[in-house]
This record gives sequence, C-alpha cells and structure tokens, in this order.
Amino acid sequence: MRIRVRYSKLGKIRFSSHRDMARCWERALRRAEVPVSITEGFSPRPKVHFGLALSTSHESLGEYLDIDLQEPEGSSVDLGTLPERLTPFLPQGVVVEAVSVIERSELSLQEAVTVCTWSIEVPGVSPEQLEIDVRTMLDATTLPVIRERKGKKVNDDIRSGIIDLRVIGATPSDAPEQGAVFEAELATQPRSVRPAELLAAFDPPRNEGRVRRTHQWIITDGARREPIPAHATARAPAQAGAR
Amino acid sequence: MNDVWPQLEPLLSKVAKPARYIGLEDGARTPHHAADKVAWLLSYPDTYEIGLPNQGLQILYEILNENPHAVAERAYAPWTDLEGLLRDRNIPLFSLDTHRPASAFDLIGFNLSAELTYTNLLNMVDLAGVPVRSAERRPEHPLIVAGGHCTYNPEPIADFLDFVVLGDGEEVITEINEVVRDWKMSGRTEGSRENVLRELSHIVGVYVPSMYDVTYEGADLLAVTPRYSDVPERVEKRTVADLAEFPYPKTQLVPITEVVHDRLNVEVFRGCTRGCRFCQAGMITRPVRERPAEQVRTMVEEGLRRTGYDEVALTSLSTADFSGIEKLVGDIVTSTDDGPPVSVSLPSLRVDAFGVGIATQIQRARRTGLTFAPEAGTWRMRQVINKLIREEDLYSAVEAAYSNGWRRVKLYFLTGLPTETDEDTLGIAELARNCVELGKAHTKSPSVTASVGGFVPKPFTPFQWFGQNTVEELRRKINLLRDDTRKSHGVQVKWHDPKATLVEGIMSRGDRRVGVVIEEVWRQGGTFQEWNERFDLDLWTNAMAAHGIDPDWYAYRHRTEHEVLPWDHLSAGLHKDFLWQDWRDSLAEVGLPDCRWTPCYDCGACTGYSIEHIVASATPPAGGSQGTGQDLGRSVPVTLLGRAPVVVGS
Repeated sequence: MRIRVRYSKLGKIRFSSHRDMARCWERALRRAEVPVSITEGFSPRPKVHFGLALSTSHESLGEYLDIDLQEPEGSSVDLGTLPERLTPFLPQGVVVEAVSVIERSELSLQEAVTVCTWSIEVPGVSPEQLEIDVRTMLDATTLPVIRERKGKKVNDDIRSGIIDLRVIGATPSDAPEQGAVFEAELATQPRSVRPAELLAAFDPPRNEGRVRRTHQWIITDGARREPIPAHATARAPAQAGAR
Repeated sequence: MNDVWPQLEPLLSKVAKPARYIGLEDGARTPHHAADKVAWLLSYPDTYEIGLPNQGLQILYEILNENPHAVAERAYAPWTDLEGLLRDRNIPLFSLDTHRPASAFDLIGFNLSAELTYTNLLNMVDLAGVPVRSAERRPEHPLIVAGGHCTYNPEPIADFLDFVVLGDGEEVITEINEVVRDWKMSGRTEGSRENVLRELSHIVGVYVPSMYDVTYEGADLLAVTPRYSDVPERVEKRTVADLAEFPYPKTQLVPITEVVHDRLNVEVFRGCTRGCRFCQAGMITRPVRERPAEQVRTMVEEGLRRTGYDEVALTSLSTADFSGIEKLVGDIVTSTDDGPPVSVSLPSLRVDAFGVGIATQIQRARRTGLTFAPEAGTWRMRQVINKLIREEDLYSAVEAAYSNGWRRVKLYFLTGLPTETDEDTLGIAELARNCVELGKAHTKSPSVTASVGGFVPKPFTPFQWFGQNTVEELRRKINLLRDDTRKSHGVQVKWHDPKATLVEGIMSRGDRRVGVVIEEVWRQGGTFQEWNERFDLDLWTNAMAAHGIDPDWYAYRHRTEHEVLPWDHLSAGLHKDFLWQDWRDSLAEVGLPDCRWTPCYDCGACTGYSIEHIVASATPPAGGSQGTGQDLGRSVPVTLLGRAPVVVGS
C-alpha cells in the first residue's frame, strides 16, 4: 500500500536542507512505528519517495512524500490519526497536514508535479515598484539567463517557465526584512525555474527575502489539482483510487 | 533578554549549511532563565558538526537543566562566512537553543579536546563581546571555563581562562554552580570577580590559573605556586566512582543536519588500563569503570526508540574489553530483530580473532571494511609503546576478517615514536603487504590501507619526556613508506601532512609563555586551525619568532627526570615516578600488563583517590590480559612501587 503525505515547513526549520528533511522523516517513521516497506539487499532502506526538492531556506505550505507500507501491517494503520501521530516526531515547524492512499500506478511526485506556486518576499522594494518589475517581465518574450550545467556555462531562456506573476502588496509585519510580496507560478518541467533565477532575471536583479512554496500542481487534461485533494485527510483505499 | 534571531535570520540564507545555527534538535531544551538560576553556555570551539556529538557537553547540558538552580544552552563556532556577517553587523555569538547573546550567560564553558582549537576559543570569547584575557574582564562579563582532555595542561591558555576543571564533570558541575549562584545572587559587585574565583579554587578539581605565580630561571620553569595559602598547591582531577549513577545522556540530542558520529552513542565504560604509552586518554581517565550491562541494554533500547536512529555505537576507549561484550552485543542484536534493521558499531576493534568474532556477530550484512590499530610496524616498537600485539595476532585477525567476507582492511599506525628506526617504519609496509597476501586466499583483490599519523607526546603519559620528531623527519618517514609501497599491489598508504604536529606539540606541552603565540595567531585571523585547508604553519612560526618562543626547546627537546613540567601542579592521579619508570621500561622495550586482571602496579589513579576498578568480571576476556594470547602476568617483569595492591573487581 502506498500513502501520500502533505506537510508544511515553516519558521526556523526552513534552513534545513532537503537531505536533512529526508533523514528526519526516516527517524520519525521509525519512532511512530509506521510499518514502512524496506528495500532488499545489503543496505536496506525504507521505501520513502520524496517529491520535488525544496531549496534550503525556503518555506512551504505543501510538501509531499510517498511511503510504501508493508503488507498486511499497512492496512491496519489508522490513516485518520497518522498526521497527529507523526507531527510530534518531526522537527518543530514541520506539520503533517494530510494523508491519502494512492495507487502504485500513479506517477511519482517528481514526474507528476509540473507547476508550483510561490510566495516571494522582495526586501527593499515598494509594491508599486515591484508591480512595474513584474509587468516588464511578463511583457518580455524572452528572458535569457546563463546557467551552469556540469561546470559549463549555458544560455537558457526562462520566460516559458514563468506562468504567472501577481503582486500581493507590502510584506507582512513578521517578515525578516521589509519590502513587497508577489506570487509566482513557475513550471517545474521541462526544466524547473527557481525563485532565485526569477529574481536574478529582474532588471535590476532583486534580492531574495522569505520564499514560501504554497502549492504544487498536477495538471491532467488541462485541469489542475494538488497531489492530495485540498482538504483531504485520510480517505479509504477504495475511494482514493477513483479519480 | 533580547534574542538575536531577528537579526540572524536574514543572514542565514547567505551562509553555508545554515541548519547548523537554528537549534531545534530533538532533545534540545528551552530553559527558563531566572535571577536565581545560573546560566551556562556550553560551547565547543569548532563547527556544529564536530561539536554537537560531544558526549561530555551533552551530559553536562542535561545535568544542569535538571538542576533547579541552573539553566544550560549550547553554542558552537560559527563558520567563517557567518562570522564575517556577524562582525559586520555587530551581532554577538549566540546560543542555539534560544538564540540569546553569549554575554547574557553567567558562564561560558568550553570543551577542549584538541589543541588546534585554542584560537577558536579566543575567537568565540571575542565574538561574545568578552575580553580575551581574563585579567581584563569585569564583573559584568561571564566567567570563562574549560574542561576536557586538553585541560590537563591548560598553561598555554591559562591567561584566557578564568578557571579550568580537571576530570569527570558530572559531580563537580553542581558544586561550581552553587558557588557561582551565590556570586550571581550577590549582584556581581565591583571587585567580586576575584572573590568568586578564589572561592571556586577551593573546589577539588577546579584550577584557577590567576591564583598562581609562575617563576622561571632563564628558559627553565622553576615552579607554579599558589598566591594564597587557601589555594591548593596541587589540583587533583575529579573521578566519578560509579558510572551507573550517571546514565547520561538520557535524551541524546538528535541533530537535524548531518554531524560526525550521527547515531545513538552509549558509553559502556570509562577509563582504560591497557597502558598504551602514547595514549593520553588511557592514562588520565583511569580507573576502568564499567556501566552495568543491564543499564547499557536499557539505554540502548530506550535510546533507539526515542531517537529513531538505526545505528548505535557502544563507546569507550576499547569496547571489546567490556566484561561479557559478546553477550551484550548478542542481546542487542536479538532485541532489535523484529523491528527495523539496527546496526551496532564498536568504535575500536581489538586486533585479534576475538575482535573480528564480535564484528561478525553485529555486521551480518554489508561487510566492506574493518579497521585495526596495531599502531607500530615491528614487535620491538610495539613493546616500546606497550601495544603488545604480536604479528600472529594481527594476521589471525586479518585472516578472520577476510574469511568472514570482509574485503578491505584498514590499519592505523603512528610514526615518530620514541626509539623508532627506519626498520620500524618500514615494518608498517611489511605488515600491510603480508595482510594483502593473507587476503588473496579469500578474495581476488584484497585491499589494505595503512593510515599513518605523526606522533605528538602528551602530558601525563610516559612519553611526556620525549622530544618529538621534527616535521621534516616525519615527512621523511612517510616518504620512505610511500616509496617502499609504491609497487606493493593492494597496499595504500594514507597520511595527514604532519605540518600541524609542531603546533600541537607546543600547545600540548607548552607553558604560560606560549599564550601570546595563540593570541597573535588568532589576531592574524588563524581560526579553524584543525581544518587542514585552514591550517597555516607560517602564521604560527612567525608568531613564535616575533615573541621569542623557540619551537625546538618546546617540542623537539627531551625532558630530564627532575625538570619541572608545566603541569606538575596538576594531577591526573598518576604518580610521576610511575610514569618515569614506565618511560624507562619503554626505552628498555619492556611491556606492562593490564592491571584490570593482574596485580596492581600502583600508578596512583585508584590508590590516590581511594577508588577501584569497576569491572563485572575479574577474569580477562579470551586471549589474556592484552587480549593477545600472551600471559604477560608471568613473562613481563612488573615493578611494584611499594604500596599495597588494590583488589580488582566489584
């Protein structure tokens, strides 16, 4: 049985890396005594499949991972209470929001998710100025950037990966640095546009303040949905498969 | 008190591995500071990855936070990128637990495990906004204290520390806390700093350098003497008699980001009496005090459940010597059989088939590499250092390793040992080649790595009188080995550039006069000197030249029997005449048995403090007192120094 978990990652813990989180998850699953399937072979590992990496220092309201449970023990796990069971074993700032059973035939998170929505704080900029920046960027037909790939510099164009940009207003009062906030919808395929690349592509380049991933999207036949339905907690296996 | 997090947060996305600075580990405390509680900032003068696993600090962190009169938080050295940003913005050193400024604590306590971290200690004190020299500190400044193995000769850093603690900290920390609490409650008035330090000097195990006068005659040290009659002439180390009373850490910190020794660590015994003459840890932590096996099992079981780790290390200086180690390991392996796979690791393996037997028991899968530490290449040399492993013992261990499926063997050696000849050095290559030959019967391409380190003599060991090899001589010996093994298929020689051994030597056996060198190197930006890429020998030699410190005199000179050593006013319990006799025995190539299982030779560690070894079994493990099948009790002359032997066992 495969389950999909959504969790948020907010506050100080945003400075942990994707790898750090993977190790925290492995420990949390052992501590909560979740019967996770283990790989065969010389170095057995729990079968946990992580979604798109979240850059160190970015927050998120919607991170995902898939976990294979042992049979038959997995079917007796109470998925309804699993979020509350797991959260105390994860670092402060990480909260398990929802769990859902998925079909093994479903595409992996890394393949299925094609768009992410980000909330990006830009320090030292007024909302009005940011509005102008965003307009200019959306009006551009190309946005050439130079990226490093395997030690070589290559030219790339990120314009096609920018789906939408919307200025929200001034940063909230708890922001580490004051400025303006905008929302960005960025593609993850065929190649991912990172918030840092986006900010570097402004003219002049803008500094990165607090960045928060708010949504990940799977697009099927033109319709977008989240990897777990928006307000789902656990659902019975029979329903979960039906789309 | 303000926390620095709001100022720190925007900086963290600009630095490498920012998770090192956020805290939030499982097991971390959020203490409630109060006017009647002493606030300790327990610090390690190296990066988080190196410092967090330090067991000493974790034990004290728990003991202090359990004390209603104390709170404890932690700090580690910020890497150079963050340090630069902190200094630019006048943000002080901070605690990880609540991100409080370091100067808001009553004490900043350092664990010192390596001499090369001394400049980091100065840097952290400075980043805390505290004057680096204790004489310049005022009542509002925290007390700066250090403990750990390096503090058995604290003289090089004596001018920077307010006080020093020798030995086990579990009990003395509470005594210190009470004295500092009185000082805190009295309002830390003008001039009170000297009073609290004087009061602290009355606690056994506490050394207050500023309460002592140092006299020299020319280059020679004459004496270190107390300035007041109530200050002890000799400071004795503290020893916890029974480890079972201190089942710490109870809630080991589980870091979010990767650190060294990232696993559950359970200390199975403290102290070691094998008597390896180069090993300071074995000398200063005597006697052997085993934790009851039942307590070890409980700590392992509860620790694994609480932390979620899938690896546990049974730590000590020589874990295979734990009484009933086979049963203990067997029990742990069996008890974890029905859960997720758990691996057990022993940080040090005995060089014999017995050691490999235990390794076979715990490492059922993934047998890739095994490590042994014969330490020297010839039997003669091993008699000098009292690491009495015969070639047969090593070969039986290596044979057992290969026949049980291991493919790679790693051997640890020291070079630059007393009386070492080129024949001894080349013996390392010979041993490694023979091990490869043994492996050929079991695997197509056996691999043996000989890892070679340069020897630095340490205080309170029989080698404390030995003039160490020069950096050039160590390099020559390593090159000799490299040349000799160039065509030896399957043998790799690995070494660290011995460039740092000179500095380590001066810091480990220096006196108060070398303190200026540490300060100078720190002022020149020489931090993180234990990091190979940051170590700068020129910085040190220039500073020594500028301050008239002669490296030859401090590092390369043999000491004489009656020379006053800079640490003679401190005591690890060992009689100086025992150490001198052991030094003479060493030069005569005479070994000394392990006193756990043979009559006492009165080193002083037990008799001086009226304590005893605590071992569950009075019979040595399979293989005899050195674990090598030799009956040293009869074949080796033992010099008893004329005191009544102590009964071994509990």
